[in-house]
Amino acid sequence: MLSDKDRIFTNLYGQHDFGLNGARARGDWDGTAAILARGPEAIVEEMKASGLRGRGGAGFPTGMKWSFMPKQESERPHYLVVNADESEPGTCKDRDILRHDPHKLVEGCLIASFAMRAHACYIYIRGEFYNEAVNLQIAIDEAYEAGLIGDNACGSGWKFDLYLHRGAGAYICGEETALLESLEGKKGMPRLKPPFPAAVGLYGCPTTVNNVESIAVAPTILRRGAAWFSALGRPKNSGTKLFCISGHVNKPCNVEEELGIPLRELIDTYAGGVRGGWDNLLAVIPGGASVPLLPKATCDTILMDFDSLRDVKSGLGTAAVIVMDKSTDVIKAIARLSQFYKHESCGQCTPCREGTGWMMRVMNRMVQGRAEPEEIDTLEQVTRQVEGHTICALGDAAAWPIQGLIRHFRPVMLERIAHYKAGRSSPPMKIAAE
Amino acid sequence: MAEHHAGEDGFVQPAHFAFDAESEAAIAPILAKYPPSRQASAVIPLLYVVQKQMQRTADSRWVPRAAMDTVAVRLGMPPIRVYEVATFYFMFNTKPVGKFHLQLCTTTPCWLRGSDDMVAACKSATGIAHFGETSADGLFTMTEVECVGACVNAPILQVNDDFYEDMDAKLTMDLIAALKRGEIPPRGSMIGRQTSAPVGGPTTLTTLDSPPAE
Ligand SMILES: Cc1cc2nc3c(=O)[nH]c(=O)nc-3n(C[C@H](O)[C@H](O)[C@H](O)COP(=O)(O)O)c2cc1C
Ligand code: SF4
Ligand code: FES
Repeated sequence: MLSDKDRIFTNLYGQHDFGLNGARARGDWDGTAAILARGPEAIVEEMKASGLRGRGGAGFPTGMKWSFMPKQESERPHYLVVNADESEPGTCKDRDILRHDPHKLVEGCLIASFAMRAHACYIYIRGEFYNEAVNLQIAIDEAYEAGLIGDNACGSGWKFDLYLHRGAGAYICGEETALLESLEGKKGMPRLKPPFPAAVGLYGCPTTVNNVESIAVAPTILRRGAAWFSALGRPKNSGTKLFCISGHVNKPCNVEEELGIPLRELIDTYAGGVRGGWDNLLAVIPGGASVPLLPKATCDTILMDFDSLRDVKSGLGTAAVIVMDKSTDVIKAIARLSQFYKHESCGQCTPCREGTGWMMRVMNRMVQGRAEPEEIDTLEQVTRQVEGHTICALGDAAAWPIQGLIRHFRPVMLERIAHYKAGRSSPPMKIAAE
Repeated sequence: MAEHHAGEDGFVQPAHFAFDAESEAAIAPILAKYPPSRQASAVIPLLYVVQKQMQRTADSRWVPRAAMDTVAVRLGMPPIRVYEVATFYFMFNTKPVGKFHLQLCTTTPCWLRGSDDMVAACKSATGIAHFGETSADGLFTMTEVECVGACVNAPILQVNDDFYEDMDAKLTMDLIAALKRGEIPPRGSMIGRQTSAPVGGPTTLTTLDSPPAE
C-alpha cells in the first residue's frame, strides 16, 4: 500500500485550503526557480527518466512527447495546451486536481511550458466544470499576483502567460486535435494526422497537448527526482496514479495509488469492496468507458497498469474503474455506452457516424433479445469495420466495449435471445441500484 | 450531436440583443486572452456571456439568434460560424429553458447507481413527461446529459452550474421542492460526503501533518 508520504495529491479531497497559502504549505512552488534554472533539456531528460506515461488515456511517455517540440523558437510561438476536458465516462480525477490542488497544475504548466519553450499555455476545461473553473482561475490569479507566472515567472526572466478556456459540452473535444479546433473557435472536429500538433497545432504553431494529471505531477517529480517516481509502480508503468472507483462498490471514491496495484486490492482496500462481497462481482470496466470489460475471473488477479491490462485485451485508459455486480444487466450497461458514442460522434467520417448509430440500434435490440443469434457475429464484424477506419479514436472507443461484451458474455446474449424467442420478454430487469 | 429538441411550444426570438454593462465588463478580459488575429477563439466564452445575461435578465439561460449575430459582429466572424458553434455544443440552449435547468446524467456509471430512480422522481416532482420539456410553471427544464465527470459521486443532477451528487429518489424530490420554495441548497454530495472521499471519511491522507488552516 502506498504510504501517504509518497502521495502527490495531498489535498485530493479538498479538506484543506486550495489557494496559494495552502498549496505552499503542501510544498507547491517550492524552489520552482531552481527547477527552471536547470534548463529545458535537463527538465525533459528528468521527465523521460521518471518513466511518466500520459495520464489522459493513451499512456504515451510524457518526457518523449515534450522532446518532440522544436528546440528553437521560430517566428511561430510554441504552445502548451492542457486537456481538462475530462469526459470519458467513469473518469473524475482531473476534477479533484482542478478544484482542490489547482496550484500543482499551474506550477506544472509553467515548468512544462518552459521546457518546451512556450510562453503561453491554454487550459481547456469542460464547460460542466463551472465551479472547478472558478477555483482554478483563483489559483491562476494568485500566481500572477505573486509573480510566480507572468512577465518574469518566479524571477527566472521567462515570460509566461496562462489562460483558462471553457468548453461547452462535447466529449469529442477531449480528442487533442478536436480540442485545438474548438479552442480556435470552431466545431470540435478532429483533424487528420499527420501533421501532428508538435509541428502544426494551435493557430498552426508547434503545440503539445497533455492531460491535467500528467502536467500536475511534473513539479513533484522534478522536486523529488525521477528515481523516486520510477521506483514506484512497475517497470515501464512507473509512479502513482489517480484511480476513480465507481459503480457497485460499497464506497465509491477517488484514490491515489501505485500503478500495478491488484484490482481486487484497490477495490477492497479503498472502495469498501464489491456490493455483496467479491463473489458477487460480475465484471469491471478497468479504464473508462472506452476499454473492454473484464469478467470476474480476470479481475481476481489482474494488476492495474498499462501493460498488464493490455495483455488481457483491455487497457488502463484513464484508470476509471467501473464495477458491476451480479444484479447488472451487462448488455444494457454496454448498450448505454453505445448510446453515448452515438451521441458524441462528431459525424465527420462515415464509419463512425453510421457505425455508432447502427451499433446502438443493434445493441438496444440485444438488450431485449430481439435478434437472431448470428447477429452477434455481424455486430462483432461491424465493430471491426469501424475500429481503425476513422479519423480519430472515438470510432475505436465505440467498438471496444461491444467487442469485450461479445468476448466475455456471448452466452448471456444468446440466452437473452432465446428467452425472447420463447415468447417471453427479456428476464425481469433487476434495478441496478438495489 | 448536440441536437436540440424542437419544442412543440413555440417561443419568441427577440429581434435585438445587446450586451449590457455587466456583460461588457466580462468581455474585455476574455478578448485579451487570444492573439489579436485570433479573436474567433472567444466565440464559446462570448456565448456563455450571452447565456448568463439571459439568465440575469430573463431567468432563462439560452442564446437567441440575435445574440449570435451580435457575437459574430463583435468577433468579426461570419454569422454562420457562430450558429454552427452554438448548435454543435450541447451546453448552449438555442431555445428558452426554465429558470432551473435540470441536467440528469444517465450514462452507465450513474445508471449503475440508480439514475433511473432519479429521473422518475424528477419527472414526478416537476410534472415534466419527457426530456427536453419545460414544466408548466416555467421553472424547470429537464435534459438528459452524458457523463458530467463526477462518477464516484453518482448519480449526478446538475442544476444550472451546480452538481448535486450521490442522489436518490427522495433526495431528488427534496431538491426540487426546495428549488420551488426559492431555496438553493448547497451543491455537492447530498449525503454529506467529503467530496470524492469514501463514505465515512478519507482512509488515505490521514497521516500527514495537517497544513495550517487558512
Ligand atoms: C474521443 C477522445 C476523447 C478524449 N478525451 C480526453 C479527455 O477528456 N482528457 C484527456 O486528457 N485526454 C483525452 N483524450 C486523449 C487526448 O487525445 C490526448 O491523447 C491526451 O490529452 C494527451 O495527454 P497525455 O499525453 O498527457 O495523456 C481523448 C481522446 C479521444 C480519442
Ligand atoms: S471517428 Fe467519429 S468522432 Fe472521430 S472524427 Fe470520425 S466521426 Fe468524428
Ligand atoms: S456517468 Fe454520470 S457523472 Fe459520470
